[in-house]
Amino acid sequence: MSTPEPRGPVDVPGTPIFDGQSSRRGLRMNTMFMSFRDEANRTRFLADEAAYCHEYELTPEQQQAVVDRDWTAMIDLGGSIFYVYKLAMIDGLSMQYLGGVFTGMSEAEFVAEMRAGGRRDG
Amino acid sequence: MAEVIWGLATSHVPSIGAAMDRQKTDDTNWMDLFEGYAPARAWLAEHRPDVAIVVYNDHANGIDLDFVPTFGLGTAERYPVADEGFGPRQVPEVVGDPDLSLHLLECLMDEGFDLTVFQALDVDHGLTVPLSVWTPDPGDAWPCPVVPVLVNVIQYPQPTAARCYALGEALGRAIRSYRDGVTVGILGTGGMSHQLAGSRAGFINPEFDRMWMETIETDPAKLATLSREDLIRQAGSEGIELIMWLVMRGAMSEQITKIHSHYFVPASNTAAGLALFDNRVPQPEPVPGPPPREKALT
Repeated sequence: MSTPEPRGPVDVPGTPIFDGQSSRRGLRMNTMFMSFRDEANRTRFLADEAAYCHEYELTPEQQQAVVDRDWTAMIDLGGSIFYVYKLAMIDGLSMQYLGGVFTGMSEAEFVAEMRAGGRRDG
Repeated sequence: MAEVIWGLATSHVPSIGAAMDRQKTDDTNWMDLFEGYAPARAWLAEHRPDVAIVVYNDHANGIDLDFVPTFGLGTAERYPVADEGFGPRQVPEVVGDPDLSLHLLECLMDEGFDLTVFQALDVDHGLTVPLSVWTPDPGDAWPCPVVPVLVNVIQYPQPTAARCYALGEALGRAIRSYRDGVTVGILGTGGMSHQLAGSRAGFINPEFDRMWMETIETDPAKLATLSREDLIRQAGSEGIELIMWLVMRGAMSEQITKIHSHYFVPASNTAAGLALFDNRVPQPEPVPGPPPREKALT
């Protein structure tokens, strides 16, 4: 059995696809986020965020997005949500908070929409 | 012949584990979910297998992006619980079954599934939350040894739904060729519809989830025809995790019996689904057909 997989980029409105190109673009930034599993690294990052980003050779745009906590830009610059979330956890932020950021809502509004059954297309 | 006795499909949302770890299961936001689990847990407690196979994905805890194995198999004796950034979950270490792992590896390789071998692996919520869904109070140890089967669902292109189903079918044959009398439970994890990033974050599709929940039992081959794009469009960019349910289903018999299912929105940003199936069901007689054709090769 084989599935007819359409070729080319998947285009679903409002849906970032973490594909090979995104992953190439974001590899250093995602590798840095991965380092946050270690508490010593988290501490060192918070002590000097720019220096830590520099150590992982982030692009200037990625470094700016990280320092500014511009979550949408991090995704656009190749961040995988599961990796970006590790930075959010350092800040004590939840996936619902990020959901609010991505959809232009407060965390409370986003949580309320989820509890009302979630968001639909259109 | 070893035997798959049951299949448990379940979401693996980290907040489900966190709600249990923080004793929030009576919280009004969670109560319906955990009440919905109860009948499945009661049945599972009466049907403990010798070993469990958990089909799951890692979420940047046990593996990073240096290597993105499409399919992997753990062959370790022990799988430590990963520290996901806030200390490991306080749950028992996962004990492996290397003999079964190596048997499965060899059979699956021979069938053309070139699995990545994990001789050391920290397991994250993708594996431990389903074990908690099954066994809320494990005490010092999970009910049985566990063999992890890993599927890349995080980085596109994920394996096709059809390939996952075929892997499950090969896994079923491999299990049945293992030594006599061994009973196996298989868990397919992840889903249901959800999307974490983008302006479509928070997307839930209950109609799709309902269809998936029914069809996984009755006609899984139909689900295996869905493309990645179909799945991302209809179940959300992370809802594509549902392909792991097809690995579980493929390893089971044609006819299965649903013991219990439950659907709950939201477990944080996700539609949480659970479906438990008994695999020990008399199978239909093969339909008598024309005799096999003579081979025309000369």
